[in-house]
Amino acid sequence: MSTPLLEIQGIHKRFGGLHALNDVGLSINAGEIYGLIGPNGAGKTTLFNVLTGLYQPDEGRFHFDGHDLFRKKPFVVVRSGIARTFQNIRLFANMTALENVMVGQHVRTRSGVIGAIFRHPRARAEEAAIKQRARELLEYVGIARRHDDLARNLSYGDQRRLEIARALATRPKLLALDEPAAGMNPSETEGLKKLMQKIRDDGVTILLIEHDVKLMMGLCDRIAVLDYGKKIAEGRPEQVKCDPRVIEAYLGVAPE
Amino acid sequence: MDIFIQQLINGLIVGSIYALIALGYTMVYGIMQLINFAHGEIVMIGAMVTITCINLLLDLGVQLPGPLLLLAGLLMAIPVSMLLGFTIERVAYRPLRRAPRLAPLITAIGLSIVLQQLAMLIWGRNYRPFPSILPTKVHDFYGAAITDLQIAIFILAFLLMGGLFFLIERTKLGRAMRATSQNPDVAGLMGVNINTVISMTFVIGSALGAVAGVMVAANYDQAHAYMGFMIGLKAFTAAVLGGIGNLAGAVVGGILLGLIESLGSGYLGDLTGGFLGSNYKDIFAFVVLIAVLIFRPSGLMGERVAERA
Amino acid sequence: MNIDFLQTPRGKLITFAVLGIVLAILPWVLTGGFENGKSWVRAVDFALLYIMLALGLNIVVGYAGLLDLGYIAFYAVGAYTYALLNSPHLQAMLPYWLHNPPFLLMLLIAAFAAGVFGLLLGTPVLKLRGDYLAIVTLGFGEIIRIFMNNLDRPVNLTNGPQGINNIERVHFLGLDFGRPVEWLGLTFDMVHLYYYLILAFCIVIIFVTLRLQHSRIGRAWVALREDEIAANAMGINIRNVKLLAFAMGASFGGVSGALFASFQGFVSPESFVLMESIMVLCMVVLGGMGHIPGVILGAIIVSITPEILRDVINPLQEGLFGKRVVDPENLRMLIFGLAMISIMLVRPEGLWPSKRRAREFHEHDEEARA
Repeated sequence: MSTPLLEIQGIHKRFGGLHALNDVGLSINAGEIYGLIGPNGAGKTTLFNVLTGLYQPDEGRFHFDGHDLFRKKPFVVVRSGIARTFQNIRLFANMTALENVMVGQHVRTRSGVIGAIFRHPRARAEEAAIKQRARELLEYVGIARRHDDLARNLSYGDQRRLEIARALATRPKLLALDEPAAGMNPSETEGLKKLMQKIRDDGVTILLIEHDVKLMMGLCDRIAVLDYGKKIAEGRPEQVKCDPRVIEAYLGVAPE
Repeated sequence: MDIFIQQLINGLIVGSIYALIALGYTMVYGIMQLINFAHGEIVMIGAMVTITCINLLLDLGVQLPGPLLLLAGLLMAIPVSMLLGFTIERVAYRPLRRAPRLAPLITAIGLSIVLQQLAMLIWGRNYRPFPSILPTKVHDFYGAAITDLQIAIFILAFLLMGGLFFLIERTKLGRAMRATSQNPDVAGLMGVNINTVISMTFVIGSALGAVAGVMVAANYDQAHAYMGFMIGLKAFTAAVLGGIGNLAGAVVGGILLGLIESLGSGYLGDLTGGFLGSNYKDIFAFVVLIAVLIFRPSGLMGERVAERA
Repeated sequence: MNIDFLQTPRGKLITFAVLGIVLAILPWVLTGGFENGKSWVRAVDFALLYIMLALGLNIVVGYAGLLDLGYIAFYAVGAYTYALLNSPHLQAMLPYWLHNPPFLLMLLIAAFAAGVFGLLLGTPVLKLRGDYLAIVTLGFGEIIRIFMNNLDRPVNLTNGPQGINNIERVHFLGLDFGRPVEWLGLTFDMVHLYYYLILAFCIVIIFVTLRLQHSRIGRAWVALREDEIAANAMGINIRNVKLLAFAMGASFGGVSGALFASFQGFVSPESFVLMESIMVLCMVVLGGMGHIPGVILGAIIVSITPEILRDVINPLQEGLFGKRVVDPENLRMLIFGLAMISIMLVRPEGLWPSKRRAREFHEHDEEARA
C-alpha cells in the first residue's frame, strides 16, 4: 500500500484540565470515505478542528500529502488541500449562494488590490473563471437555481449542500464533513449520500463525522471510534460494529 | 508633603467615582450588549440638577448645614436622572432591540448630543461653580492632605457599590437581571419580564451615575455641559479594562484607572526626564487599556470564552 | 419616471451625463444664486472631503465589519504630513529635497503615512472583536490627538495646540490653487478651484471603492464580517485581510486629510477630536452601511445639514418670535441629534441601503408578522 494521504500520530489537545484528545493517531488513504464516530463529547469535533487548523494541537505529528501541517494556520492547511464544513452550518449568511462559493476559491486565486482596481487582463480572466467555477459547483451539488439567493434564505438541506460546494471550491484533496446529515429527513439523507459518493468518485477523499450509524455503515470504507478523547477502534464498518469496546462505549456495559 | 501618598489618595477618590459610573455602563452592557453612550450625559445632568437645586435653596434663604443642602440636591437629582435613564431606554433603545448592532449605537450618540445641547440651553455655556457649602477642613494623612469631602466620596461610593452587589446577588430583581444577562430569551420563557428588568437596569445605573456626577462636581468644584463626555469615556474604558459586563471588573477597572492616571501623571515627568509631562495624563487610560486588551482580549476579569468552532 | 429605463446602458449614460453637468456647474449656481455663495461652495468642498472619509471608513466598518471609532486619526496623519512638508514651520529642519514635494507624490506620501498608521493600529487589535475593538480604536484616535497637542516639546514638531500655519496651497498642472484664475470669462476663486480638485479625487476614490467591492479582496472582507471563523476555515488569511482593510481605509483618510490641510492652509488638533470620528461613522451608518451611494448620501446629509440649519434657524426664529430666543448653534446641534435618533428609529438599515440589505430587513418584518 502506498503512503496514506493524511497521517496523524500521538495528537494531544488539552483545554485547561480537560484532555480532549489523548494520543490520537489515524491515517486516511486517498480515495476512501473515512468515518469518525463516538458518543457525544468524545472529541470528534475537536479532532476536526485540529485537522483543519482551527485548533493548535499540544503534541503529535500531522502529515498531509507530503506537507507537515503540525500547528499550521488554517490558510496553510486549506492550501495544502483540506477543506471542511461545520456541524452548525456556518455560511456567509448575507452573501448570495454564488458569492459564498466564490469566497471558497480565495485560496486558489491571487488577484490583489492592484488587480481589483485596474482590472488588467489577468485579473479579469481570473474573476471570470472564479464565477464560472462557482456556477459549476452549485450545479454539481444541485442548487444552481438558487445561485442569486442569500445563503440565509436557503432551506436547511440546500444550506448543507452550499457548504459542501463552498468547501469544494477550495479544490481539496480531503473533504472533512462534520455531521452533514444532521437534521435531514430520510430522502434528503439519501440524496446527500449520493452526493458524497459522487464526490469520492471524482477523486476527493472524504472524512466524515456522523451520528446516523446506518448511513455510516453503508457509506464508509473504514471507521474510527473515539471515546473520551481516545481512539478505541478502527477498521471496516462490520468489524467496528462488533467490537466489544465500541459497544461498551455506546451502551455503557460490556456485552456478555 | 508626601507626593506618593497624595497621588494614591487622589487616585483612589477619582477611581471610586469612575467605578460608580463604570457600573452603569457595565450593567447595561451585560444585559443588552449595548454601549449606552448617553450615560456620561446622565452623570452630567445629575451634577447640574444638584447644583441648581442647592443654589435655589440658598436663594430662598434656607438655613441648613452644607451636607444637608447637598443631600437635598441629591434627592432631587437622583429621580431626575432615573427618569431620564428610563426614558432614554424606552425611546431610543427599546425599538431597536432587534436591529443591527450599530443602529442603537447611533441613537445613543444622537441622544448624547441632544442632552448636551439641552443642558447648554438650560444651564448655559460656561462652567457652573459648585456652591461652597461644604466644610473645607483638611486632614493630614501620613503627610498627605485629604478633605472631609474626599473621605465622604470614598465611603459613599463603596456603600453604593456594596448595595448594588447585594441587590444583584440577593434579591429577586437581581436574580432576574442575572438571568436576563445570561440569556434573555430563556429568561423570558421562565417568566422574567425582560422589559421591566431592562428598565430597572437603566434606572439603577442612572441613579448611581447621578451620585457620581455630584461627586465629580463637588470634587472639582465645577460642572459643565460637556463634562459627561470625558468622564463617561474614562468610565467606559474602566469597564472594558475590568472586563465589560462584569460588575466586580467595573469596580476594579475604575479604581485601577484612577490610580494609574494619578500616579502616572505625577511621576511621568520624572520617569522620562521631563520628556513627557502631566499633559499626557489623558493618554494613560488608553495606553493601559490597549496594553491590557492585547494580553487579555476580554479584560482583566472578563470570562475567557473559548473560541467555538 | 420609469426606473427601469435608468438601468439600461443608454439610461445610465444619460444619468451620468446629467450628474456630470450638475456637478460641473454646481459651484457657479451656488455663487450666482446666493448672497454668501462662496461659503456654500466651501461647505460643499468639505462635504466632498467627508465623502472620501466616509468611503474609507466604510471599507473598515461596512465591508470588513471592524468597528473603528478613531478613524479621524488617519485624516489627522494625512493633514499633518501635508502641513509639515509644505509649511515654513518644519522646513528649516528638513533637507531641501523634502520641501513642497510634487502634488501627486505628496498625496502618495500622505496615503502611505496614514496606511502605516493603519497597520500600526491594526496589528495589536487583530484578536479583538466588536466593542473591545471600538474602544481601542477610540483610544488610538485620542492618543494621536494628544500627541499632536503636546509634541511641541522638547522638539517642536507639531506646534502643539496652536497648530501649523501658512501651509502652501496646492500647485498642480501649472496652477496655484490659492490664487483666483480667469477662464472663460469666469473668475475661479480658491473655493472653486478646490471644488474641482477635491471632486476629482473624490471620484477616483469612489471608483476605487466600487472596484474593490466587486473583487476577490472585497468578498474576503465581507466574508470576514459575516463569519470570521468560517472565513478562516475557507483559507482566508484573516490577519492579512484585516490589515489590508485597516491600511486601505486609513490611506483614503490620509489623502482626504492632505487635501484638507492644503485647503484650510492651517491645521490644529482641534479638527481631529473624537466627535469627528463619530460624525464620520454616523455618515456611514445613517446613509446605509456597505452601500456606496448610501454612504455618499450620508456624508452629504451629515455635513451639509448643520450648514443649512445655520442659515435657516435665525430667520426662522426672528420670524416666529421677533427675536432670537435660543442660541442658533445649540439649536442646530439639537436638531441634528434628534434627526440622528429619528432616522435610526425609522430606518435602522440606513436611508439608502443596498437592495440586498433592504431585503434582509423586509424579511425581518415579515417574520415578525408571521
